[in-house]
Amino acid sequence: MHDSHPSPGGARPASHVSAVTPPTVQFITFMLGEGQYGVDIMAVREIKGWSETTAIPNAPRFINGVINLRGIIVPIMDLRARFGMESTAPTRMSVVIIINTGARTTGLLVDAVSDIISIAPDAIRPIPDMGAGARENLLGGLVALNERMVSLVSLEFLMSAEMAGTA
Amino acid sequence: MSGNVFDHLKSTYFQECSELLDQVYTHLTALDDGDSDPDTVHGIFRGIHSIKGGGGAFGFDRMVAFAHVFETLLDLLRDGKVVLNKDLLGLLLRATDALSDLIAAERTGVPAAAGFETAVRAELDEAASLPSAPTPSAPVRSVAAQPASGQPGLYRIQLQPHETLFKNASEPLLLMRELRRLGPITVVADLARLPGLDALDPESAYIGWTIELTTDASAARIEEIFEFVNDQCDLTITPAGVSAVPELEPEPEEAAPTPVASAVAVATTKPDSPDARRAEQPAAAQTVRVDVEKVDRLVNLVGELVINQAMLVQLGATLPSDMCPGLITGLETLSQHLRELQEGVMAIRTQPVKSVFSRMPRLVRELSSQLGKEAKLFISGEGTEIDKTVIEQLADPLTHLLRNAIDHGIEQPSDRVAQGKPAQGRIHLAAEHRSGRIVIEVSDDGRGIDRARVLARARTRGLVEPDAQPSEEEIDNLIFLPGFSTAETVSNISGRGVGMDVVRRNIQALGGRVTVQARQGAGSRFLLSLPLTLAILDGMIVAVGRESYIVPLTNIVESLRPRRQDINAVVGSGDVVAIRGEYVPLLYLAKHFGVPDAVTDASHGIVVVVENEGTGQVGLVVDELLGQQQVVVKSLEANYGEVEGIGGATILGNGRVALILDIAGLRSASAPGRASRGETRRNSNGHAVAALQ
Repeated sequence: MHDSHPSPGGARPASHVSAVTPPTVQFITFMLGEGQYGVDIMAVREIKGWSETTAIPNAPRFINGVINLRGIIVPIMDLRARFGMESTAPTRMSVVIIINTGARTTGLLVDAVSDIISIAPDAIRPIPDMGAGARENLLGGLVALNERMVSLVSLEFLMSAEMAGTA
Repeated sequence: MSGNVFDHLKSTYFQECSELLDQVYTHLTALDDGDSDPDTVHGIFRGIHSIKGGGGAFGFDRMVAFAHVFETLLDLLRDGKVVLNKDLLGLLLRATDALSDLIAAERTGVPAAAGFETAVRAELDEAASLPSAPTPSAPVRSVAAQPASGQPGLYRIQLQPHETLFKNASEPLLLMRELRRLGPITVVADLARLPGLDALDPESAYIGWTIELTTDASAARIEEIFEFVNDQCDLTITPAGVSAVPELEPEPEEAAPTPVASAVAVATTKPDSPDARRAEQPAAAQTVRVDVEKVDRLVNLVGELVINQAMLVQLGATLPSDMCPGLITGLETLSQHLRELQEGVMAIRTQPVKSVFSRMPRLVRELSSQLGKEAKLFISGEGTEIDKTVIEQLADPLTHLLRNAIDHGIEQPSDRVAQGKPAQGRIHLAAEHRSGRIVIEVSDDGRGIDRARVLARARTRGLVEPDAQPSEEEIDNLIFLPGFSTAETVSNISGRGVGMDVVRRNIQALGGRVTVQARQGAGSRFLLSLPLTLAILDGMIVAVGRESYIVPLTNIVESLRPRRQDINAVVGSGDVVAIRGEYVPLLYLAKHFGVPDAVTDASHGIVVVVENEGTGQVGLVVDELLGQQQVVVKSLEANYGEVEGIGGATILGNGRVALILDIAGLRSASAPGRASRGETRRNSNGHAVAALQ
């Protein structure tokens, strides 16, 4: 997994060589089934194991419930269910990524956390127009990593949609 | 100085202003009640003076100029050159109102309308018989005062420290601060003995001071201050006769009032006053200004500790008791200390309701003059303490209630006289502690509630079934329904039908209840009953399937396990349970919240009968009762959102989250139960009914 941790800008040949390291953005990558996804590391507060949630009445299907994160009540979102796949059956191996967006804290339930990647912003490819498919909004971009595609999750959209889902 | 520090100073100043204004209003009210104590006028003067001094430091010229004119009049009043009468008192009140608006304008940065204060200012000038307004920078000399009783005496204190004074780590500044606690001081430094720089020994003492102190304290009290430095300085204290405060221009030291200085100002407002109202003030109390956020963090931390402790106790209970006997006693002591700690921390958050009550007299004054009515507000129990967050939320409901009292309650003076009442209406605003809650009462001696009209209005609005015959109490409570208003004309004060239901909603949101008692023609009485804090709640933990919910104890009427035959289905409305001949609608929590694996037959579970203001009783069907506990209320909204029927969340001893039920919210989402006692019915929940079935 760590065999080719890319040096900054190493994901693709730098088109120009300069004395300063080009700015990179870091993402935490994680697995949902076979797919690899990434979230902006600046939004990640911590990563923790699965703990039992308390169900919220009349919540959308992709909200597992809420947990106690050292005294604050944090909702857990089943990202797999959020992406329209079947709900995750959480096990002790499941991982929750706690993210902060704005003033909100939310936990994302994922199968496993893989790596931290550094990529140059211009390496991020836009989502191609897939025709009809509203879900593409959930992603902020695509990036190639060792011949594999990593989908970058758009947290802004995820959270705004979450709020809409609970209203 | 960085802008940040300056802003901080500014906000401190505005905080002080509002406290000082509160004091001024209190003193003015005392004057109105016939208090002739010269200290009361002094108190007003001091308040305005401090506001002016601080304002000058920040360059709030307009406000300072106004305060200056105001101060001039107060000074004359203080010296007895101007006689206090009803007109003057009214002027002082209006001037304080105007000053408070000018301060608000500086705070918000929105300048008051041009010439806004001109009229009041002209009146002040006239009352002070000055030809024109003096420029703000013109010094105002106090006129020599008559030696009236209680007039402060002037002392001249000459202090020449010896070298040893500094070597013994004494500090003349501290002595002067100590003196200032006794009264206003003027300090003049005597630099005669100061040598040239080349001859200066930095560790020696050269400077002497002449201090003029105006105080009513005895010479002995002054000597006391110098008790420890007596042999380390040349000290002479000479009474210089009776005098007024020597200098009114703000001295640099006074110009920027520090928190300490203002605390002292409070303390000096006659601590030995026989007036009980002032005795409630924290006389001479040492105060510290603390950011609310810091206190909230403490409260949260203590909440965490309480949860931790509950966890430990739960774990401890699973151990065989002979394994570690010390542990159990240790845990018990811990929980005792924790409870004390919790109470202590919660007490930091409490504040006297005075901070919100003190805004009300002005409201009453302005409204009654606007409506051509005469009303006087009597306030009692303003020292009653309640959680700060509750206080902040009280202003709106109280404003509504007072508006209502003046607009709908108090009659026109001529009508009142015709009915044999005094022309001036009386409104009482009172607060007191009653069995762990605070009760606020707003009562007036106006016309009360015209039940016939209220009922007729409710019928035309469809709030009451045409053939229903509600009881008197029920009629009175109709005024809390949304969309209800009996005002003949819609005024801009009240009468848009948004008043009373907002009051009820606000109070309920605070976990309180509001009731009204009225006698036609003799006035009405509104009682607000509020919890002392919002952060902690007594709750019953109930189990539904694998979930636990907290039912606020204040809502619970009783709990019972019904017999099979007591449960009946009402066609189209759901089930009801018969309790002593009454039919109470049932709400299956498991069904309502979609919880799997729960008891679905009420006779196998427990029915918790809950009640909320104005919504009647409902029986919640749960699996079992798990016990009663104090829980720390956490926000669910912060990270998630509002959930119908859920008021918040808490963390149980096992570290898991439990949701706290919001009975009012549950109830509005389950309207069918109203059938049994449905004299009053809201129209707005049609969709909620549909959603439930």
